[in-house]
Amino acid sequence: MTKNNSRRDFLKSAALTSSGLILGFNWFGQEALAAEVVAGVSTEAGNTAFNAFLSIQTDGIVTIFSPNPEIGQGIKTAFPIIVAEELDVDWANVKVLQAPLDTKKFERQVAGGSGSIPHSWQRLRKAGATARQMLVEAAAKRWGVSASDCTTEKSFVIHTASGKKLGYGELATEAAKITPPTDVKLKDKKDFKLIGSTIKGVDNKAILTGKSLFGIDFHREGMVYSMIQRPPAFGLKLKSFDATAAKVSPGIIDVVSFKDKVAIVGKSTWEVKKARDLVKIEWEKANTLESSDDHNRIFKELLDGTKNEVRRKDGDIETAFKDAAKIVEAEYQCPFLPHNPMEPMNFFAHVREDGVELVGPTQTPQNAQNQTAKLLNIPAEKVTVELTRMGGGFGRRLGTDYVLEAAELSSIIKAPVKVMWTREDDMGGGSYRPAVRYRFRAALDKQGNLIGYSLRGAGINAGNPTRQDNFPAGAVPNLLIDSSEHKSAITTGPWRAPITNFLAFAEQSFIDEVATAAGKDAVQFRLELLEKAKTAPTGAIKYDIDRMKAVIELAAEKSGWGKKKKGVSLGFSVYFSHASYVAQVAEVVMKKGKPVLQKIYAAVDCGVVVNQSGARNQVMGGIIDGIGHAMYGNLTFKDGKPEQMNFNTFRLIKMNEIPAIEVTFVNNGIDPTGLGEPALPPTGGSVANAIFKATGKRLRNQPFIEQDDKMFESVS
Amino acid sequence: MANYNLKINGQNLKTEASPDTPLLWILRDHLGLVGTKYGCGMAQCGACTVHVNGEATRSCVLPVSAIADATITTIEGLSENGDHPVQQAWDTIDVPQCGYCQAGQIMTAAAFLKKNAKPNLEEIEAAMSSNICRCGTYHRIKEAVQLAATKM
Repeated sequence: MTKNNSRRDFLKSAALTSSGLILGFNWFGQEALAAEVVAGVSTEAGNTAFNAFLSIQTDGIVTIFSPNPEIGQGIKTAFPIIVAEELDVDWANVKVLQAPLDTKKFERQVAGGSGSIPHSWQRLRKAGATARQMLVEAAAKRWGVSASDCTTEKSFVIHTASGKKLGYGELATEAAKITPPTDVKLKDKKDFKLIGSTIKGVDNKAILTGKSLFGIDFHREGMVYSMIQRPPAFGLKLKSFDATAAKVSPGIIDVVSFKDKVAIVGKSTWEVKKARDLVKIEWEKANTLESSDDHNRIFKELLDGTKNEVRRKDGDIETAFKDAAKIVEAEYQCPFLPHNPMEPMNFFAHVREDGVELVGPTQTPQNAQNQTAKLLNIPAEKVTVELTRMGGGFGRRLGTDYVLEAAELSSIIKAPVKVMWTREDDMGGGSYRPAVRYRFRAALDKQGNLIGYSLRGAGINAGNPTRQDNFPAGAVPNLLIDSSEHKSAITTGPWRAPITNFLAFAEQSFIDEVATAAGKDAVQFRLELLEKAKTAPTGAIKYDIDRMKAVIELAAEKSGWGKKKKGVSLGFSVYFSHASYVAQVAEVVMKKGKPVLQKIYAAVDCGVVVNQSGARNQVMGGIIDGIGHAMYGNLTFKDGKPEQMNFNTFRLIKMNEIPAIEVTFVNNGIDPTGLGEPALPPTGGSVANAIFKATGKRLRNQPFIEQDDKMFESVS
Repeated sequence: MANYNLKINGQNLKTEASPDTPLLWILRDHLGLVGTKYGCGMAQCGACTVHVNGEATRSCVLPVSAIADATITTIEGLSENGDHPVQQAWDTIDVPQCGYCQAGQIMTAAAFLKKNAKPNLEEIEAAMSSNICRCGTYHRIKEAVQLAATKM
């Protein structure tokens, strides 16, 4: 935790006399780069310079601030790589610091939608390139040569003709006085040295030695701890409570209530946890207490109902089905899922007279700031948000419920407080991936051509649970996508690859069913559809046909698709999400009568790969996430209460349950697109399609293990 | 409340706590050793793994009163400079994604390799499969354990 990154501290250290400078670039602004130059900053200054994005010290150390929240997606390493590439700095001389929320300096300080790299790609490059250009000009001036005769390499400016060299550290002070160029030339992608290489996580050392990094690790002198009892079932509200016993429990300072919650405040986590069990609470019904059986019934009613909103309609679906030689129909369903980041929800808040300090794990610091300001009726600029590293997020920390709770509690008890959630609080009080059920119909003509396709989604709190313009839309002349939803008191929210985390499985499994019915090869069938989308498109096409085709062919090639491998069954899947394309082939073999997933081949087109190590980690992690939740993930409800509250009943995938994974990136030089999510959606489909090949059993519901637990004593 | 004198990372540390307080919270809240992580509180995930007399132990279910004079090592005390072969292997392979579970993974691996210096893949999987990594870094953990085994 950097404790010195306040504006006041920054000014204080800026006043220190020593050489060096900070280049403060407004690299997000239109007229960019009206540099704010602060000379005379000590070598410690990098730590305090929240007013700047990039600092160069006299000893050549470059400090790069990474503004986006780090949830394990590797952004704290990837962003600085992009800046450092254009700066041409030796990576060994780069120091990376997490920037706090600063809406004036940064844009989109969000970890979500796999959008950080695509959004900031050009801005980060410009930040590095502009500084580089200023350093070059400073050197050229000193040598009395033309800047165009100079090059840079690994933190040095070099005069090509004479071979003279000056280090960035030596040039920093002069460079800062140069007017920043407004139109700076970026590198040709083929000249990238850092981008596309293999670079280790910048926080590795701190992680591997147990340093304080995460929100839950944060400690402030004088802070108190709290655990909060929230309604134990969705649909209940607080009626009354008796905290007599809790208040006299050791270490307890106070017990307060707000918004149907009872907060126990004390001196340590364990003491507040124990005291919470002593509070006697009566709850009363405020809403329907739903069970999973209710959801199953509601899905059937919605799918058979008439109140469906049309999302996309091409051609004449009724005639297509009337004329069909063959009709394929199937329904697919998944359960609710908690996010289960390994670090449960927690947040530190200190509401003072003069402002609010928030510290902790959030994927959306700006929402945390704005909503806290609204809650406490103060201006947003009175709320500061310091970003800690996060023990996973998976979408859960896009919500701000746990931040607002901490802020509200601090405002009531008038003390700095860290609100802690137990695993049970976390799993039982989630904003879940909602259950959904899809109904598919496909019409084939005599030649096995797909002439009609319909998808109806029945969702819970999901808005539109379809992605109507995704493949095979555009490739089918008659198509209807519609949906309806049920509003539930169970809180739901985005979960890694929202909607598509299950929709992709359903679509890619159903396409497999249709290909089988048409008597066609799964890969060939998809390629034929793409060919149709290209040569005779129907309606708007919102995916890139060639990029999708390329990953399909690459995955097929890598996996030896179409070549007989004895005893091996292959399943195919491809999906476009978050602007990236991922195709997968799953390899299943039978061992002792059970299907065993032994390998997944993934072909990934996310454009330019920024960091090979981070990118592979994301793809492999996404696939393992996809396998684990497709196989085992199941959160059920009984009378509004989640029936799984910890890892003894909610099963997460473990090391002995993973297949080998081979990842191949398409190297097409396109500007990078998202990677935190896109590898997950196609996973369930490739696995289920391979299991169908191996066993003849079609898995249409998740988790698979609930469909036939005898078949799946183990997938490893 | 009672007073405890604990041997942690080569130091004698004093604390006052109720006897049922799990070692995990003694470490985190009382002693400021936050490298050991809370994940589930019921010995299901392994994020809180420490060494008690050299044995990988789930600190979230170990009451402080049961420790007596046992020697405790946490991630902070695994090596002086973060250069234990397991820590180095974790860095070389670039294992972490979010990193939250990794202290527990490392402590489990270090205790395991001390007993079995030349493990095969199945033995590694058996030893490591009770530690959950929600990010799915399992391939790299396996690789890192294999690498560390060659260096111990």
